Amino acid sequence: MTHRTHNQRMEYGKTLVELGREDPRIVVLEADLGKSTQSCLFEKAFPERYFEMGIAEQNMLGFAGGLALAGKIPFVNTFAVFAAGRAYDQIRQSIGTAGLNVKIVGSSAGFSDFGDGATHQSLEDLALMSAIPGMTVLSPCDGPETVLAVREAARIQGPVYLRLSRNDVENVFPPEEKYTPGKPVVLREGTDLAVFTTGILASQALQAANEMEKQGVQVQVVHIPTLKPLEEEAVLPLARGKKGILICEEHSLRGGLGMLLCYLLRNLWVPKEVLAVEDRFGQSASSHEELLQAYGLDSRAMQEKLWKLWKG
Amino acid sequence: MEEQTIQRLEQKANRLRALVVKMIGPEKTGHLGGACSLAEILSVLYFGFMRHDPENPQWPQRNRLILSKGHAGILQYAALAECGYFPQQWCRGLKQLGSPLQGHPDKNKVPGIEANTGSLGQGVSLAAGVAAGLKLDFPERPPRVYAITGDGELAEGQIWEALLSAAVYRLDNLRVVVDQNGLQATGPTKERFPIPHLEEKFRAFGFAVFTVDGHNVREILEALQKAEEVRGKPVAIVAQTVKGKGISFAENQPSFHNGAMTREQYETALRELEEKAGEAL
Repeated sequence: MTHRTHNQRMEYGKTLVELGREDPRIVVLEADLGKSTQSCLFEKAFPERYFEMGIAEQNMLGFAGGLALAGKIPFVNTFAVFAAGRAYDQIRQSIGTAGLNVKIVGSSAGFSDFGDGATHQSLEDLALMSAIPGMTVLSPCDGPETVLAVREAARIQGPVYLRLSRNDVENVFPPEEKYTPGKPVVLREGTDLAVFTTGILASQALQAANEMEKQGVQVQVVHIPTLKPLEEEAVLPLARGKKGILICEEHSLRGGLGMLLCYLLRNLWVPKEVLAVEDRFGQSASSHEELLQAYGLDSRAMQEKLWKLWKG
Repeated sequence: MEEQTIQRLEQKANRLRALVVKMIGPEKTGHLGGACSLAEILSVLYFGFMRHDPENPQWPQRNRLILSKGHAGILQYAALAECGYFPQQWCRGLKQLGSPLQGHPDKNKVPGIEANTGSLGQGVSLAAGVAAGLKLDFPERPPRVYAITGDGELAEGQIWEALLSAAVYRLDNLRVVVDQNGLQATGPTKERFPIPHLEEKFRAFGFAVFTVDGHNVREILEALQKAEEVRGKPVAIVAQTVKGKGISFAENQPSFHNGAMTREQYETALRELEEKAGEAL
C-alpha cells in the first residue's frame, strides 16, 4: 500500500482541463466556488467555455440542462449540499426527466468542509441523487480514482452525479485497476470478514483491516465506486462465505450504501452492521478526522464493529 | 405585411384552439384557459416566424421554442401535429397510459418538443442555456430561442435568476415571451400574487422589452421583427392576453385553468372556433 496522498478536487480540476483540451463540447459552470471546487483551472484554460453563474444554483443547473440540449457536455460545480439540495428540483425536473447529459459535481461532500458546519456538510446527497431515475452516481475513494471517474462521467451519455471530498486522502485505488461502473473494487483480500465502503472511507477501512490482521482476523476491504449502477450479482460473491459484513459510509443511514447493500444482500444470511450517520446533521470541528471520529466513522469505530461481528 | 398572412395566422390560431378542445374532449379536465391565451403567439411562431423543419426536428440551426408554462403543452401538441412533427392520431391519446402526449411535454416522447417542462419557473434557465450553447457554435448568427412563460409563473425565483444570467451572457438570441393572461389557478394574478411594473422589471434586469396585444397577430409579428434588431441584450415580449380566449364561456374564467367542459360546452366551443377558423375539423 502506498502512502502517497492526493486531493480529489485538485485531481478533478486538472482532469477537467485535459478533457476540455480533448473535447470542445466540454463546458463548465460554477456558482462562485471556483477556487474551492478547482473549476478555476478550467476558467483559466478555456474562459470562453466557462460560465460563472453567480450564487444561483437553481438557474445554474437549468442553464446546464440547456447547454446539454445544445449538444454540450456541461460539468456543473458547487458544494455537494447545494447541488443535491438547493437545486434538487432542477436536477429532477429539467435534467432527470429528460435524461440530459449534465455532469453534476458535488464538491466538499460529507463532513469534508469540517469548519463550516451543518449547512455545508452533505450527508444526504447520495440518497437524493440515487433516487432520480437514470442518474449515475459516482463516489471515488481517492485522487487517482477521481481522474478515472471524471473521464467516465464525460463518456457516459446521460446525467451523472460525482461526489468529491475536499481534503487530502491516501491513495488506495489499485493503479492497474480498470474503472468499470457497477464493479466493486477489492482493495484488500481477507477471508473472515468483509468491509464495504464508498468514497474516502476506504483508507479508514484499510487501517482497520490492518489492525485486525495483527489480532489474526483476515478482513476483506471492498470499495464501491458507483452507487448506481450497483447490482446484486456484483456484490454477492464478495460477501458470501464471510462471518460478518460491515458497511461504512460518510452519509446518512437513510438511503445510502448501508441500506442499499442490506437490500442487495437480503438473501444472504450473514450478520450485517452499518456505520453511517443516524438522523443527525453535521457540525463544525477543527478537522475532518475529528468529525469522522465523533460520528463513529473512523477506523477505530470500524474495528469495534468488526470485533463484534467476529465474536458473534 | 400581407393581409393574407395575417388572416392565415389568425385562422390557424383558432384551428389550434379547436384541436385543443377536441384533444381534451367533453367532461375531462385539461388546461384549456392557458392554452387558448397562447394560441396566436404559437400560431405566429410556428407558422409565420420561426425557422424550423418538421422533416428534420434535430436540424442544428433550427429555432427552439421552450414552453416554460408546460401546462399549455396541449397547445404545443396541436401546433406540432399541424406542422407534421407527428401523426394527428396521436392527439386522440392525450394523457392516456403509454401515450407520447403526456400532461406536460416530454422531449424524448414527442418530436419537436425541445425540453421537459412542467415544474414552473424552469424553462427560461433551460432556454438561456440553449441560447448560450448556440452562441458558442454559431457566433455569427446564433439560432433564436423562444421561452414562453405565464404571468403567475413569474413568482418563481428561478425565473429572475435566469433573467440575470441571460443579461450577463448577452443572450441576444433569447426571447422571453410572457403570456400575461392575468389569471392564475386560483384567481386573478393581481389579487392572488401581484407582480407589478413587469416591463420595468425586465428593463432593470437588462432586457429590451416590447409589449403587444397577444391576440393581435400583426403586433406579435412586428415585435418579433423588432427583436431581430436588438444587439447585446436579451429580449422580453410581454403579451397581454385573455385566458380562455376564443371560447365565450371560458374567457377570463379561472375555473378553466384546468377545468372540464360539459358536452354542451364542448359542442359550443367547437362551433365557435370552427366558425372563426373558417373550416370544420
